Amino acid sequence: MTASYAARDISTLLRRRLRHIRRYPSLTLFLVGIPVVFMLLFVYVFGATLGKGIGARIAGPVGGRSGYATYVAPAIILLTVASAATATAMSVATDMTEGIVDRFRTMAIWRPAVLASHVVGSMIQTLIAVVVVIAVALMVGFRPHAGMVAWLAALGVLAMINLALTWLGVALGVVAKSVQTASNTPMFLLLLPFLGSGFVPTASMPVGLRQFATYQPFTAFTDTLRALWSGGPIGDHAAVSAAWCAGIAVVGFVWALSRYDRGPAAAPATQ
Amino acid sequence: MLHDVAMSNPHGSWPRVGVPTTVHSSAAADDRLAGGRRREQPPIRPPSGGGTALAVEARGVRKSFGDQLVLDGIDLEVPEGAVFALLGPNGSGKTTTVRILSTLLGADAGTVRVAGCDVVTEADSVRTVIGVTGQFSAVDGLLSGRENLELMADLNHLERRAGRQRIAELLERFDLADAAGKPARTYSGGMRRRLDLAMTLVGQPRIIFLDEPTTGLDPRGRHAMWGLIRALVADEGVTILLTTQYLDEADRLADRIAVLDHGVLVAEGTPAELKARVPGGHIRLGFSDPKDLDCAARLLSAAGRDDETLSLTIPADGAVATVRAVLARLDTHGIEIESLSIHTPDLDDVFFAVTGQPSTGQPSPKDGSR
Repeated sequence: MTASYAARDISTLLRRRLRHIRRYPSLTLFLVGIPVVFMLLFVYVFGATLGKGIGARIAGPVGGRSGYATYVAPAIILLTVASAATATAMSVATDMTEGIVDRFRTMAIWRPAVLASHVVGSMIQTLIAVVVVIAVALMVGFRPHAGMVAWLAALGVLAMINLALTWLGVALGVVAKSVQTASNTPMFLLLLPFLGSGFVPTASMPVGLRQFATYQPFTAFTDTLRALWSGGPIGDHAAVSAAWCAGIAVVGFVWALSRYDRGPAAAPATQ
Repeated sequence: MLHDVAMSNPHGSWPRVGVPTTVHSSAAADDRLAGGRRREQPPIRPPSGGGTALAVEARGVRKSFGDQLVLDGIDLEVPEGAVFALLGPNGSGKTTTVRILSTLLGADAGTVRVAGCDVVTEADSVRTVIGVTGQFSAVDGLLSGRENLELMADLNHLERRAGRQRIAELLERFDLADAAGKPARTYSGGMRRRLDLAMTLVGQPRIIFLDEPTTGLDPRGRHAMWGLIRALVADEGVTILLTTQYLDEADRLADRIAVLDHGVLVAEGTPAELKARVPGGHIRLGFSDPKDLDCAARLLSAAGRDDETLSLTIPADGAVATVRAVLARLDTHGIEIESLSIHTPDLDDVFFAVTGQPSTGQPSPKDGSR
């Protein structure tokens, strides 16, 4: 019965979420600020040395600082998407702890609408941040060799990763007991781009770390985007990325929805 | 609480000891008979053509969190149109009960029907008729008061014009029209609570759950909230189940009160019925001279005498006429009294009588009328 209102409920709640984004801009600023600072840091502070270190074969014919900017940009853009999961978890946890979700739960609205509106809202917020970060990257030396189709494919891959990580963020927000916790638990996602092929080739890492780096999802994500933007061969990176995204999205979706349905494990102290 | 005196003893004046009642065992039957009754009407009367429908019906509800038993077999019957108060100290299980009744939490055992629908299998049907205002503010702080209400109108799938009209009406009634455009996070505690209740009312629920609606409010806010709740019952004929830890609040608002203690209902009945379970009120007279005490003791039918504090306890209903009669009697015999205090039975006494403990560590809320 309530499913017939699914679209209306989602759009109502999405309007609410977009108002939050407008009225609480510091979260969006954080989403843009962190990757921009990293971008500047890695291009202007470490860029020349790292560009020389990874060699012309990887950094491209330009080499040095500018070559490294092109090399590192996909990782920085992924960092933006990863930190968006933190923002999602925080806004979901804010709802969950402020009592408004309990109000929604006692109303005859389409059950997944509350979480779905968070997902759509967060993806819009992340898209804005990604566009700004790409623009900054282009300004500081990111020189992709990609046509229209490759650009669209890259944005599609980013959207897919974003969807998966956003559902994971929603789940972490639903299970968090406080907004504080929700802002901390997704932090590991910010580390993953570093522990992969994002900033230096995995081949340069010690054995144990190298193995982890080779098989963790962000390496596949980075390699897919790098291939699309450099016009190089994609290999199986895209398929591996898609599999990772599907897995992460399903786990996040099921986890979030089941915990949302159950409600917070009401602490006896609050009776 | 002098204003409560008149209704506090339905059995006439001068109660000696606790009037025996059978509140607990007969409460359920009373409820069924008294469907749709208003508090002004006689306590127990079969319905005359009115419905006997139950707004809330709970049987054997049990709930544990881990190994902590929170509700140990609760039975509740709330007739349609009644104001039902669930009274108990912190940790007695009030909020858990409300969460189970309002589909927020599943019970471990027992059945709950709200408006005739099962809260588990027909949760969505239940949700279309209930409104819940929880203990913790459920307003969106980043939205303005009006936007919060619009959100509720949209989620209740109200037609645009009907929604606008309802919102304007609620803003007016809840004294929020001036602040309607300001973000809710800038509201005072009382305003937030009013907005919270207004949001609950947008969808015109037939059954409203109010979990500690006045906790944390100042006396003015408390009185305003009481006025709103009374008006709600008078104007819209809704059923209200409220929880409170304040005994005078239950007394003022409710037709029926259930006393919850450690997850068990220990008493249930009308405020008058509950008060009849405790020893009646009394006047306490203090004397400065033991001779006066002796004289007064011979003169009046005292229930208790304390030679150490030179005081005398006289059963009394607390009515002004009774006090005047006692004083006149002492006066004609030239007996001087040093102090006089009047104690009327209130629900604190009830709580103590049924649980053997004071109701709560905290004092009842102070307000002007006490």
